[in-house]
Amino acid sequence: MESTEPLLVIDDLAVEFRTDEGVVKAVDGASFSVGRGEIVGVVGESGSGKSVTAMSILGLVKSGRRAGGTIRFRGRDLATLPAKELRAIRGAEIAMIFQDPMTALNPVVTVGRQIVEALKLHDKKLSKAAARDRAIELLALVGMPDAAARFKQYPHEFSGGMRQRAMIAMAIANGPSLLIADEPTTALDVTIQAQVLDLLKVAQQETQAATLLITHDLGVVAELADRVVVMYAGRVVEQGDVTTVFTEPRHPYTVGLLESLPRLDRDVDELHPIPGSPPSLLAPPPGCPFHPRCPLARDRCRTERPQPRVVGAGHQSACHFAAELAAVHTEVTR
Amino acid sequence: MSDLRPSLDAADVTAAQEAVAAGPGTGGPSSSRRSPRAMAARRFRRNKVAVGGAIFLLVLLVVALLAPLIAGQSPYSVDLGAIRQPPSAEHWLGTDASGRDVFARLVYAARVSLMVGVFAALLAVLVGTLVGAVAGLFGGWLDTALMRTADMMLSFPNIVVVIVLAGLLGPSIPILVIAIAASEWPTAARMVRGVTLAVREREYLHAARVAGASRGWLLRKHIVPAAMGQIVVVGTLAVAGAILSEAVLSFLGLGVQPPQASWGNMLNDAQSLTVIQSMPWLWLPPGLAIAATVLSVNFVGDGLRDAVDPRQSGRS
Repeated sequence: MESTEPLLVIDDLAVEFRTDEGVVKAVDGASFSVGRGEIVGVVGESGSGKSVTAMSILGLVKSGRRAGGTIRFRGRDLATLPAKELRAIRGAEIAMIFQDPMTALNPVVTVGRQIVEALKLHDKKLSKAAARDRAIELLALVGMPDAAARFKQYPHEFSGGMRQRAMIAMAIANGPSLLIADEPTTALDVTIQAQVLDLLKVAQQETQAATLLITHDLGVVAELADRVVVMYAGRVVEQGDVTTVFTEPRHPYTVGLLESLPRLDRDVDELHPIPGSPPSLLAPPPGCPFHPRCPLARDRCRTERPQPRVVGAGHQSACHFAAELAAVHTEVTR
Repeated sequence: MSDLRPSLDAADVTAAQEAVAAGPGTGGPSSSRRSPRAMAARRFRRNKVAVGGAIFLLVLLVVALLAPLIAGQSPYSVDLGAIRQPPSAEHWLGTDASGRDVFARLVYAARVSLMVGVFAALLAVLVGTLVGAVAGLFGGWLDTALMRTADMMLSFPNIVVVIVLAGLLGPSIPILVIAIAASEWPTAARMVRGVTLAVREREYLHAARVAGASRGWLLRKHIVPAAMGQIVVVGTLAVAGAILSEAVLSFLGLGVQPPQASWGNMLNDAQSLTVIQSMPWLWLPPGLAIAATVLSVNFVGDGLRDAVDPRQSGRS
């Protein structure tokens, strides 16, 4: 009884953390969805709420509190699922690739055994030999040379890139339909990053899994993603098809992000970093959270919170002046 | 890259990991197939004192197992015509107040003392590991309740507990084992809880949880293995404590009951000043046996600690 809605639907999600200074609204009304087999990139600065959103999907946010909204996977609200059903989904249906493969692997257990155990978690009847064969097969699939020998080694005997390969092998072990990759390349050498990105692509094609890619690296998104969700101060400020958002951004924050990047394909004399810093989530500015840093800010932005509006085919922006921005931006980039 | 990360990051990790990161001096790429356990065993073998202690304990174990062959005579045969005889060719260590052979009793007592020590320590470590891991993993009120119970047990004089238990149920070896374990499990529980709290925040535990692992699975596959090195150390040191407790309680007549021999109740015979002054064969051998055994167990325990957690060596 599959529903017709997308695989993963995040609807008006709000996550709060209570601190000594007050309540931090880490995610404040974020909505987006991930379709079957689709790769969606979530970008934003540190503290934009992108990782908290990803963690919430698997119920990993411990000190935080779901303050509102729903996360539906295959039409079922993950927050209301009993623990046992949630465990059956974790790892089998939704798998996660962590940022730092150094710490996400148990250092005192061989890599092979960790993959075997990931398999056995969801298939109790799997025989030892079959699990072993499958694990070696997975290691070979993620491009591990000499997989059978690597099976017996400990994480410390692997290079960073190799560990991330092992992590990916573990994540796709049970054939998940959704992969969540939280900054999968951030902890790696630049030279390894490209390899791991290629591998993610291969893994995605192999498993046909939808992928939610959390990153601050616009290059990674451009490389891999079908769609992009831009987050700022716990809100989704713009989302749409990658090419559309990158060539015709309709939110000044996205424009700022793109202009602060060095580019090879265009002659840019100077980079333009976004002035100021992200707002405190303890006391977010009234109105549009981006207005203190926005070159286009007007009185309306200071008082009225912009809601996401459709600005093109599958393209949404939460800016009062999205339409105006279209004209301005073409000016800037020409 | 990861290899350049500050070693601080690894500092709170369990011992075995640190061992892996530090590596053996002679290691290199060729050492690749060595497990953390093998490396710990290697470090243990380099510790002469600990190896000496281990050899002594092995010999003692053989003696205990082969007691009937080694003792030569029964530890229970009473000869009222030859009480408190000094050592002779017939009775190597003389005879006690009932004319029983002291050497035979000493050898048989090794069985009882070792058994009580090992079983009490095993029970203590088992209970302590379970309590500590559950307290650390679940946290909250359960943690508070379990740990305050542990504190209460620690602040309770265990001799009083045993006197009450022995009074209610009659003194016996199982009661002795339970009473000693009851006073020793909190140490293990605190240690395991500490390791659990450290491991709980590691990313591989999040990874396992995200992969669908239940708490029971996390306990079995990640937390207990991570704490295993230290559990072995605490367990070993608990054996020494248990042997001492057995000796104290039996000396007071609350533990192993005669005619069964234990080192503690052999000392019981030596409560009078005349015995202490003029009949050293009655108290010196069991006293030395207790001292040597406890010392050896402690040497082995310290050696294991250094082997399992090189960062702690030097501290005591």
